Amino acid sequence: MAILKTDNITMRFGGLTAVDNFFVELEPGEIVGLIGPNGAGKTTVYNMITGIYTPTENKIYFEDEDITGYKPDKIAKLGIARTFQNIRLLDNLTVLDNIMIGTHLHLKSSLFSAILRLPGYTKEEDELYEKSMELLKRVDLDEYTNDKAGSLPYGKQRKLEIARALATDPRLLLLDEPAAGMNPQESAELVGFIRHIRDEFDVTIFLIEHDMKVVMDICERILVLDYGKTIAEGLPKEIKNNPEVIKAYLGVDLANA
Amino acid sequence: MSKNKERLLSLIALVVLAFAINFAEKNLDNYTLRILNLGAIYTTLGVSLNLIFGFTGQFSLGHAGFMAIGAYTTSLFIMPPMYKEMSFIIEPLIWPLSVIQLPFVVALLLGGVLAAVAAIIIGLPVLRLRGDYLGIATLGFAEIIRVVSNNIPQVTNGALGLKGIPGYSNLWWTVGFAVLTIFVIKRLIASSYGRALMAIRENEIAAEAMGVNLTYHKVMSFTVSAFFAGIGGGLLASLLTTIDPRAFMFVMTFNVLIVVVIGGLGSITGTVMAAFLFNFFLEYLRPLEQGFNIGPLAFPEIPGLRMVTFSLLLLIVIIFKQDGLLGEIEFTWKGFFSFFDRFRSAEGGKM
Ligand SMILES: Nc1ncnc2c1ncn2[C@@H]1O[C@H](COP(=O)(O)OP(=O)(O)OP(=O)(O)O)[C@@H](O)[C@H]1O
Ligand SMILES: [Mg+2]
Repeated sequence: MAILKTDNITMRFGGLTAVDNFFVELEPGEIVGLIGPNGAGKTTVYNMITGIYTPTENKIYFEDEDITGYKPDKIAKLGIARTFQNIRLLDNLTVLDNIMIGTHLHLKSSLFSAILRLPGYTKEEDELYEKSMELLKRVDLDEYTNDKAGSLPYGKQRKLEIARALATDPRLLLLDEPAAGMNPQESAELVGFIRHIRDEFDVTIFLIEHDMKVVMDICERILVLDYGKTIAEGLPKEIKNNPEVIKAYLGVDLANA
Repeated sequence: MSKNKERLLSLIALVVLAFAINFAEKNLDNYTLRILNLGAIYTTLGVSLNLIFGFTGQFSLGHAGFMAIGAYTTSLFIMPPMYKEMSFIIEPLIWPLSVIQLPFVVALLLGGVLAAVAAIIIGLPVLRLRGDYLGIATLGFAEIIRVVSNNIPQVTNGALGLKGIPGYSNLWWTVGFAVLTIFVIKRLIASSYGRALMAIRENEIAAEAMGVNLTYHKVMSFTVSAFFAGIGGGLLASLLTTIDPRAFMFVMTFNVLIVVVIGGLGSITGTVMAAFLFNFFLEYLRPLEQGFNIGPLAFPEIPGLRMVTFSLLLLIVIIFKQDGLLGEIEFTWKGFFSFFDRFRSAEGGKM
């Protein structure tokens, strides 16, 4: 059973078709890449999957449930987490608080028991705290626990955003350009980190990335978007030599040159 | 410092506060008591506005509307029926309000609950708006409440307002409710729900993507805020013993806003300090408006000069020190003792 299926979804903004009949099926445990030139519609695909936009046409299924039109928080509760192309951390809150906000969706205690600090709530809060601290250790960010998220070095901020997404206990993780702005050493580390979380946290990963080295290194399968259309799909080495892809990226037809 | 020790200290502080209130009620003159009562009521109002504006980041200008609901509700339920019969001269007060009389605390809580219900009703549609639009919509709500209170004389006595409201408000009630407000809102902020509110303030899109239900959390914060604003309104009505629709014009919200911004958005300690300072200065700057001389310069009588002074102060804070008096610094016992430790070691060094 596919964990995620987008059934030829289309997104139009006025006259612009940002995404045109996008079809993908992700199998549990896969790492799949989504690439394409600027403005191709990659982020729009994520925004549809996570409920920020509702596709103009057709439907999205997560574990066979039709999630089209669900609100983002409901989709997060179902088990899809994401990061953003332009990092969206809670800059003025601590690293720990950023993580703990990811665990809020699991809280069962009511507002009243939270204010009255009833035993049920304190127990849950303790559990969320333990869980968050453990997660920080697992992703090796525990030395920053009480620092403000906005004060972290850029690479660590990217990592923290991924960790925060993991705190929601997702089964599907969408990463929007996690290597953007990283130096080669940082992006090499990132490749290891993404593999590590796929294995350790048991998640399926869907990844948008411009850094071809990162994409080719970790993706088992790649889809290529250009002007909203899927122009190629296949193994990394197939994509690398696909004339359509080369043309889209360079704007010239290399095969005929 | 352990949790238990901090709790013990807080308990001791409360006992000391009780002695202080007892002393103040017995020994201070009415004038000073009134300023202290106002300070305490503004604490309740300010801390509740800080919840929705400072901690949740929702620009609400509806505080005066919720206060009006609380003030009228409380007043109508504590005024003796005979009194109500006498003062409702335009149209008689409708039954059963005309015959009911409730204990002060019940009437206050009822006022808070009604304000909270109003918050849910208007919060659901307007909290979808952002920034300036939310400000305008909540301002409109407060204005509607005021106009309505002007136009249903069978409930509010119209423009004449209510007079002879029993003056139950004293430091026990006003400080008591201020402490309750601080307690509840502090705990809310320090809970997982509070983190969700701050996440909404910091980045709504990220918060929602992390599973925070925006509508639920915003309406919750707005409702809790309105509940305490309603109670603050009730306390104020009983302190002043007379209210009319003009008391709940925008300037009422503006006063509370001044307190919150000067104290520091997101700082409860700052709000408490600013609430008392605001009311002290409002009183002690009164001579400003009566005309004064500086050397040979004679300043004429200018009504409203105090508010001009505060508005200027507000401007200065907004321009030069956006995080207010205290920024996000909060009073903690740990901070309290480390402050004195530093002080002591500095003293020791000198000797
Ligand atoms: N809310 C919107 N309203 C109108 N147009 C939009 C909206 N969101 C995206 N678009 C347009 O849709 C197209 C695809 O944008 P999208 O952000 O999905 O591209 P992308 O592949 O993520 O590009 P990049 O690599 O630069 O991030 C662009 O032309 C963009 O301007
Ligand atoms: Mg993008």
